[in-house]
Amino acid sequence: MEQKEPKSNLEWQIDENLRKVYQRTVEEDVPDKFLDLLKQLKDQDAHNEQ
Amino acid sequence: MSNDSGPAQGDPRDEIIEYLPAMRAFAMSLTRNSAAADDLVQDTIVKAWKNFDKFKEGTNLRAWLFMILRNTFYSSRRKAKREVADVDGAMAATLSEKPAHDGRLAMADFEKAFAQLSDEQREALILVGASGFSYEEAAETCKVAVGTIKSRINRARHRLAEIMELHEDEALELTDSATTAVVSASMQPRKSIA
Repeated sequence: MEQKEPKSNLEWQIDENLRKVYQRTVEEDVPDKFLDLLKQLKDQDAHNEQ
Repeated sequence: MSNDSGPAQGDPRDEIIEYLPAMRAFAMSLTRNSAAADDLVQDTIVKAWKNFDKFKEGTNLRAWLFMILRNTFYSSRRKAKREVADVDGAMAATLSEKPAHDGRLAMADFEKAFAQLSDEQREALILVGASGFSYEEAAETCKVAVGTIKSRINRARHRLAEIMELHEDEALELTDSATTAVVSASMQPRKSIA
Protein backbone atom coordinates (compact mmCIF):
# COMPACT_ATOMS: atom_id res chain seq x y z
CA MET A 1 0.00 0.00 0.00
CA GLU A 2 1.28 3.40 -0.88
CA GLN A 3 1.80 5.58 2.15
CA LYS A 4 1.02 9.23 1.66
CA GLU A 5 3.68 10.29 4.07
CA PRO A 6 5.08 8.62 7.13
CA LYS A 7 2.72 9.45 9.95
CA SER A 8 3.85 10.16 13.45
CA ASN A 9 2.10 8.49 16.31
CA LEU A 10 0.33 11.72 17.16
CA GLU A 11 -0.90 12.21 13.62
CA TRP A 12 -2.11 8.68 13.50
CA GLN A 13 -4.05 9.11 16.70
CA ILE A 14 -5.58 12.37 15.61
CA ASP A 15 -6.80 10.71 12.43
CA GLU A 16 -8.10 7.80 14.46
CA ASN A 17 -10.19 10.17 16.55
CA LEU A 18 -11.38 12.01 13.50
CA ARG A 19 -12.53 8.80 11.94
CA LYS A 20 -14.47 7.91 15.06
CA VAL A 21 -16.23 11.26 15.16
CA TYR A 22 -16.99 11.04 11.45
CA GLN A 23 -18.04 7.41 11.53
CA ARG A 24 -20.55 8.12 14.24
CA THR A 25 -22.62 10.16 11.79
CA VAL A 26 -21.96 7.87 8.83
CA GLU A 27 -23.34 4.94 10.79
CA GLU A 28 -26.58 6.71 11.64
CA ASP A 29 -29.63 5.83 9.62
CA VAL A 30 -30.34 8.39 6.96
CA PRO A 31 -33.44 10.34 7.98
CA ASP A 32 -36.46 9.58 5.84
CA LYS A 33 -36.85 13.23 4.96
CA PHE A 34 -33.89 12.98 2.59
CA LEU A 35 -35.23 9.94 0.84
CA ASP A 36 -38.61 11.65 0.62
CA LEU A 37 -36.97 14.73 -0.83
CA LEU A 38 -35.23 12.70 -3.52
CA LYS A 39 -38.45 10.96 -4.37
CA GLN A 40 -40.21 14.31 -4.57
CA LEU A 41 -37.58 15.71 -6.92
CA LYS A 42 -37.86 12.65 -9.05
CA ASP A 43 -41.64 12.80 -9.23
CA GLN A 44 -41.46 16.46 -10.09
CA ASP A 45 -39.15 15.75 -13.01
CA ALA A 46 -41.29 12.91 -14.24
CA HIS A 47 -44.23 15.28 -14.13
CA ASN A 48 -42.45 18.05 -16.00
CA GLU A 49 -41.29 15.79 -18.75
CA GLN A 50 -44.79 14.78 -19.67
CA MET B 1 -38.73 4.22 -3.86
CA SER B 2 -39.63 0.58 -3.78
CA ASN B 3 -37.30 -1.35 -5.98
CA ASP B 4 -36.10 -4.69 -4.78
CA SER B 5 -34.77 -5.65 -8.17
CA GLY B 6 -31.08 -4.91 -8.10
CA PRO B 7 -29.54 -1.84 -9.73
CA ALA B 8 -31.76 1.20 -10.16
CA GLN B 9 -33.76 2.22 -13.17
CA GLY B 10 -30.78 3.69 -14.91
CA ASP B 11 -31.04 7.19 -13.46
CA PRO B 12 -27.53 8.13 -12.36
CA ARG B 13 -29.04 10.56 -9.88
CA ASP B 14 -30.22 7.61 -7.84
CA GLU B 15 -26.63 7.16 -6.80
CA ILE B 16 -26.89 10.28 -4.66
CA ILE B 17 -28.57 8.11 -2.04
CA GLU B 18 -25.41 6.12 -1.52
CA TYR B 19 -23.52 9.22 -0.50
CA LEU B 20 -26.08 10.59 1.94
CA PRO B 21 -24.39 9.15 5.04
CA ALA B 22 -21.03 10.60 4.00
CA MET B 23 -22.63 13.93 3.10
CA ARG B 24 -24.24 14.11 6.53
CA ALA B 25 -20.96 13.35 8.24
CA PHE B 26 -19.15 15.99 6.20
CA ALA B 27 -21.92 18.53 6.83
CA MET B 28 -21.79 17.72 10.52
CA SER B 29 -18.06 18.35 10.64
CA LEU B 30 -18.50 21.71 8.94
CA THR B 31 -21.50 22.96 10.89
CA ARG B 32 -21.04 21.01 14.15
CA ASN B 33 -24.76 21.21 14.63
CA SER B 34 -27.07 18.48 13.51
CA ALA B 35 -30.00 20.70 12.55
CA ALA B 36 -27.74 22.94 10.46
CA ALA B 37 -26.06 19.87 8.99
CA ASP B 38 -29.36 18.43 7.86
CA ASP B 39 -30.41 21.74 6.32
CA LEU B 40 -27.12 21.83 4.49
CA VAL B 41 -27.54 18.30 3.18
CA GLN B 42 -31.06 19.12 2.08
CA ASP B 43 -29.92 22.19 0.13
CA THR B 44 -27.11 20.14 -1.39
CA ILE B 45 -29.49 17.43 -2.57
CA VAL B 46 -31.72 19.96 -4.29
CA LYS B 47 -28.78 21.73 -5.96
CA ALA B 48 -27.18 18.49 -7.04
CA TRP B 49 -30.44 17.27 -8.47
CA LYS B 50 -31.14 20.45 -10.42
CA ASN B 51 -27.60 20.75 -11.70
CA PHE B 52 -26.98 17.14 -12.43
CA ASP B 53 -26.45 17.90 -16.11
CA LYS B 54 -23.22 19.63 -15.03
CA PHE B 55 -21.91 16.43 -13.52
CA LYS B 56 -19.73 14.47 -15.91
CA GLU B 57 -20.73 10.88 -15.72
CA GLY B 58 -17.91 8.55 -14.88
CA THR B 59 -16.16 11.18 -12.78
CA ASN B 60 -16.15 11.28 -9.03
CA LEU B 61 -19.71 11.77 -7.80
CA ARG B 62 -18.71 11.89 -4.16
CA ALA B 63 -16.21 14.69 -4.78
CA TRP B 64 -18.81 16.56 -6.82
CA LEU B 65 -21.45 16.28 -4.10
CA PHE B 66 -18.98 17.31 -1.41
CA MET B 67 -18.00 20.29 -3.52
CA ILE B 68 -21.61 21.47 -3.77
CA LEU B 69 -22.04 20.89 -0.06
CA ARG B 70 -19.04 22.96 0.92
CA ASN B 71 -19.88 25.75 -1.53
CA THR B 72 -23.34 25.92 -0.04
CA PHE B 73 -21.89 25.98 3.44
CA TYR B 74 -19.45 28.78 2.67
CA SER B 75 -21.95 30.96 0.88
CA SER B 76 -24.44 30.75 3.72
CA ARG B 77 -21.61 31.31 6.14
CA ARG B 78 -20.57 34.49 4.40
CA LYS B 79 -24.09 35.79 4.86
CA ALA B 80 -23.96 35.09 8.58
CA LYS B 81 -20.42 36.31 9.04
CA ARG B 82 -20.92 38.65 11.95
CA GLU B 83 -22.95 36.25 13.99
CA VAL B 84 -20.39 33.54 13.45
CA ALA B 85 -17.51 35.71 14.58
CA ASP B 86 -19.27 36.29 17.89
CA VAL B 87 -20.01 32.65 18.42
CA ASP B 88 -16.42 31.72 17.71
CA GLY B 89 -15.14 34.36 20.08
CA ALA B 90 -17.39 33.16 22.87
CA MET B 91 -16.43 29.61 22.22
CA ALA B 92 -12.73 30.32 22.24
CA ALA B 93 -13.14 31.99 25.62
CA THR B 94 -14.83 29.01 27.17
CA LEU B 95 -12.21 26.70 25.77
CA SER B 96 -9.12 28.43 27.03
CA GLU B 97 -8.85 25.99 29.89
CA LYS B 98 -6.81 22.95 29.33
CA PRO B 99 -9.14 19.95 29.06
CA ALA B 100 -8.70 17.61 31.96
CA HIS B 101 -7.12 14.46 30.72
CA ASP B 102 -4.76 11.88 31.94
CA GLY B 103 -3.08 11.25 28.65
CA ARG B 104 -6.35 10.11 27.29
CA LEU B 105 -8.85 12.19 25.51
CA ALA B 106 -12.57 12.12 25.86
CA MET B 107 -14.39 12.44 22.60
CA ALA B 108 -16.04 15.61 23.82
CA ASP B 109 -12.64 17.25 24.35
CA PHE B 110 -11.51 16.21 20.94
CA GLU B 111 -14.63 17.63 19.37
CA LYS B 112 -14.18 20.92 21.21
CA ALA B 113 -10.64 21.19 19.99
CA PHE B 114 -11.73 20.24 16.50
CA ALA B 115 -14.33 23.00 16.59
CA GLN B 116 -11.59 25.57 17.12
CA LEU B 117 -9.89 24.88 13.83
CA SER B 118 -10.61 27.13 10.90
CA ASP B 119 -13.23 25.91 8.45
CA GLU B 120 -10.57 25.21 5.86
CA GLN B 121 -8.43 23.21 8.25
CA ARG B 122 -11.37 21.24 9.54
CA GLU B 123 -12.57 20.41 6.10
CA ALA B 124 -9.16 19.31 4.83
CA LEU B 125 -8.62 17.14 7.86
CA ILE B 126 -12.03 15.51 7.58
CA LEU B 127 -11.75 14.86 3.87
CA VAL B 128 -8.33 13.24 4.02
CA GLY B 129 -8.12 12.08 7.61
CA ALA B 130 -11.61 10.69 8.04
CA SER B 131 -13.48 10.19 4.80
CA GLY B 132 -10.62 8.65 2.90
CA PHE B 133 -10.18 11.21 0.13
CA SER B 134 -6.80 11.29 -1.53
CA TYR B 135 -4.98 14.63 -1.38
CA GLU B 136 -5.85 15.03 -5.05
CA GLU B 137 -9.57 14.41 -4.52
CA ALA B 138 -9.62 16.79 -1.59
CA ALA B 139 -7.86 19.42 -3.68
CA GLU B 140 -10.41 18.95 -6.45
CA THR B 141 -13.29 19.19 -4.01
CA CYS B 142 -11.97 22.38 -2.41
CA LYS B 143 -10.70 23.85 -5.69
CA VAL B 144 -7.22 24.47 -4.36
CA ALA B 145 -3.76 23.07 -5.06
CA VAL B 146 -2.71 19.74 -3.60
CA GLY B 147 0.07 21.52 -1.68
CA THR B 148 -2.52 23.78 -0.07
CA ILE B 149 -4.46 20.78 1.20
CA LYS B 150 -1.30 19.26 2.59
CA SER B 151 -0.30 22.38 4.43
CA ARG B 152 -3.81 22.90 5.82
CA ILE B 153 -3.73 19.38 7.18
CA ASN B 154 -0.34 19.85 8.74
CA ARG B 155 -1.37 23.07 10.36
CA ALA B 156 -4.63 21.55 11.55
CA ARG B 157 -2.81 18.66 13.21
CA HIS B 158 -0.38 20.97 14.91
CA ARG B 159 -3.16 23.20 16.05
CA LEU B 160 -5.12 20.27 17.50
CA ALA B 161 -2.08 19.03 19.35
CA GLU B 162 -1.46 22.56 20.61
CA ILE B 163 -5.02 23.12 21.79
CA MET B 164 -5.07 19.83 23.60
CA GLU B 165 -1.52 20.27 24.81
CA LEU B 166 -0.60 16.90 23.52
CA HIS B 167 2.85 15.67 22.90
CA GLU B 168 4.17 12.90 20.79
CA ASP B 169 4.59 10.59 23.74
CA GLU B 170 1.11 11.07 25.12
CA ALA B 171 -1.55 8.58 24.31
CA LEU B 172 -4.58 10.00 22.63
CA GLU B 173 -7.45 7.66 22.55
CA LEU B 174 -11.13 7.73 23.13
CA THR B 175 -12.22 5.63 25.98
CA ASP B 176 -15.78 6.78 26.43
CA SER B 177 -18.44 4.16 26.42
CA ALA B 178 -19.83 6.13 23.48
CA THR B 179 -16.73 5.20 21.56
CA THR B 180 -17.16 1.57 22.34
CA ALA B 181 -20.67 1.84 20.98
CA VAL B 182 -19.39 3.54 17.85
CA VAL B 183 -16.71 0.97 17.33
CA SER B 184 -19.02 -1.95 17.84
CA ALA B 185 -21.63 -0.35 15.60
CA SER B 186 -19.09 -0.14 12.81
CA MET B 187 -18.50 -3.87 13.07
CA GLN B 188 -22.06 -4.63 12.18
CA PRO B 189 -22.96 -5.26 8.57
CA ARG B 190 -23.95 -2.12 6.76
CA LYS B 191 -27.60 -1.47 6.45
CA SER B 192 -28.70 -0.77 2.94
CA ILE B 193 -30.50 2.47 2.56
CA ALA B 194 -32.70 2.42 -0.50
